[in-house]
Amino acid sequence: MRGADYVIKRTAFAVITVFVAVTINFALFRLAPGSAISNLSRVPHATQELREALKREFGLDKSKGAQYAIYLKQLAHGNLGVSFENQQPVSHNLWEALKNTLPMVLLGTVFAIVFGTLTGVIAAWRRGTALEGATVTTALGFYSMPTHWLGLMLVILFTGVLPTGGMANDFLINPSFWTHLKDVLSHMVLPSLTLGLVLYGEYTLIVRSAMLETLGEDYILTARAKGLKPWAIVRKHALRNAMLPIATLVALSLGYIVAGAILIETVFSWPGIGRAVYDAVLQRDYPMLQGAFLLLTISVVFFNLVADLLYFKLDPRITT
Amino acid sequence: MSVVLNEPGFLVDPEPVRSRGGFVWQTIRRRPSATIGIVLLSLVIVGALLAPWVAPYGLHTRVGPVFGHPSWSHPLGLDDGGIDMLTLLMWGARISLVVGFAATLVSMLIGGTIGVLAGYFGGKTDVVLMRITDYFLVIPDVPLMIVVAAIWGPSLFHIVIVIGILLWTSTARVIRAQVKSVRERVYVKRARSLGAGHTRIVLRHVLPQVAPLLIANTVLTIAVAIFDETALSFLGLGDPSRISLGKVIENAFQRAAISSGAWWAIVPPGALVAVIILSCSLVGGALEDALNPRLRVAHLSARTFRLRPLVGRGAESL
Repeated sequence: MRGADYVIKRTAFAVITVFVAVTINFALFRLAPGSAISNLSRVPHATQELREALKREFGLDKSKGAQYAIYLKQLAHGNLGVSFENQQPVSHNLWEALKNTLPMVLLGTVFAIVFGTLTGVIAAWRRGTALEGATVTTALGFYSMPTHWLGLMLVILFTGVLPTGGMANDFLINPSFWTHLKDVLSHMVLPSLTLGLVLYGEYTLIVRSAMLETLGEDYILTARAKGLKPWAIVRKHALRNAMLPIATLVALSLGYIVAGAILIETVFSWPGIGRAVYDAVLQRDYPMLQGAFLLLTISVVFFNLVADLLYFKLDPRITT
Repeated sequence: MSVVLNEPGFLVDPEPVRSRGGFVWQTIRRRPSATIGIVLLSLVIVGALLAPWVAPYGLHTRVGPVFGHPSWSHPLGLDDGGIDMLTLLMWGARISLVVGFAATLVSMLIGGTIGVLAGYFGGKTDVVLMRITDYFLVIPDVPLMIVVAAIWGPSLFHIVIVIGILLWTSTARVIRAQVKSVRERVYVKRARSLGAGHTRIVLRHVLPQVAPLLIANTVLTIAVAIFDETALSFLGLGDPSRISLGKVIENAFQRAAISSGAWWAIVPPGALVAVIILSCSLVGGALEDALNPRLRVAHLSARTFRLRPLVGRGAESL
């Protein structure tokens, strides 16, 4: 089989990266000034005995190496610790949050991929026209706006028209399935649109420049010399080859979308993974923060791997 | 302007191009978008620099009611503390730009050094440095910034360092690729055979060739750094004692500017950030395009559908 080698190599790289991230994750929180018990703000007159007992309970009396070994072992069993805030396992909290994030993020991403590719191709094809200028200006505009600010602008524009916070109307008592679905969808429009618009700008620019590079290739000139129709050249010769960088970049950006959702979910009080990170920061809920960081890193590494393998599948020239 | 076509896909500019820097400068001058970017960026920088002298009111002086409407004396209205918005914007841009430039400087130093070392020495050095870069490239920077900023505690210095040490990866890769190609050029080999040391070759022969690319990359990195600062501030991880543009947005959001109908407290700061990022992207993008000759050839273009030179015309309308 072609390149079983390559697949193994990339997968190994992904696994090592996750391991590096895990180590950074461990080190960052251990290097933080003070330990978990040095700042017992909730127990002002903690005795020495209490401190020692707590130290033993949290395993802080062991050496750093031993702590690291314990951390890895627990992680391998899927134990991410317990949230300071609601005393639930972090993995449980993260899973609940992720279930809310995914549909919202997917909706926005699909919007961005469809419209971004469309306008990107048109901009490259109609190069040098006013249409290209308008498209690129719009895309650059959305690309430049701070994500949370764009969200706030949509809130100002759509207050009263669409719900601007939360995920469902709490005042609907025992709604039927369809009412509930409609309710959630209407809450999803604005956060998804924010994400979609930001990504739309990025995708349009990426697709445009990928198309421009392809349109400069000699085989386009050959195709033209053969007398093919312009649209056929764009579709069959240019876009197919431009799909290579586009597919990779889309896969790459998918990983970062989950991270980017932090700002959007904060603006719209969407109870997802981003909102969980924000709350964890506010409450200094370190186990949650640690778990969320790990989850986000793994998602990025995973989509990176997907991008690599996709590239390999799409481009027969890659051999190593 | 006449263009000589000597083989398909190659455009030869009849004007002699003396140096690469001159060529870059020419391309920028021909592009209206790059000019717009430079003008906008200069306006913001001048406004921010002159804040202590031209800002209409004090940064901490209450001059009217909470969320006072825009008026002749306060063209952008007042914020949640009754402070003039225009004054806030000027001082905020100052802090945002300082963070942007300082963080970019940190990332340029790290990225530039790693890129030059990896590209110039190659071999094992290259493999090790690029492997490290790969790991940093993959780890998502915004969540890591949030984690580090949350642990270290809020301060301007921490923000600069956090952003700086996480943004250098793309610089390192771009610079490495460029250095690798420069290293193989004849004049570098000649200098080496004449007995020039590594330091001399890097400083005198390699760096000047890489400089335009480094500058393009710097301008783009400033935009990212300012965006990241705005995001961190919005999440409450900014320096509470320094008012940056991100902080202005956060304050307005936290003090319910939207439900009070005070759009003037929230629209201008974000718009200003967007303008800064936009102008950096325009300038940086124009520089990068000027350095990437592949984008200047188009075998297929709209309407006329004829092989046509795009050097002096449409290509610049980014």
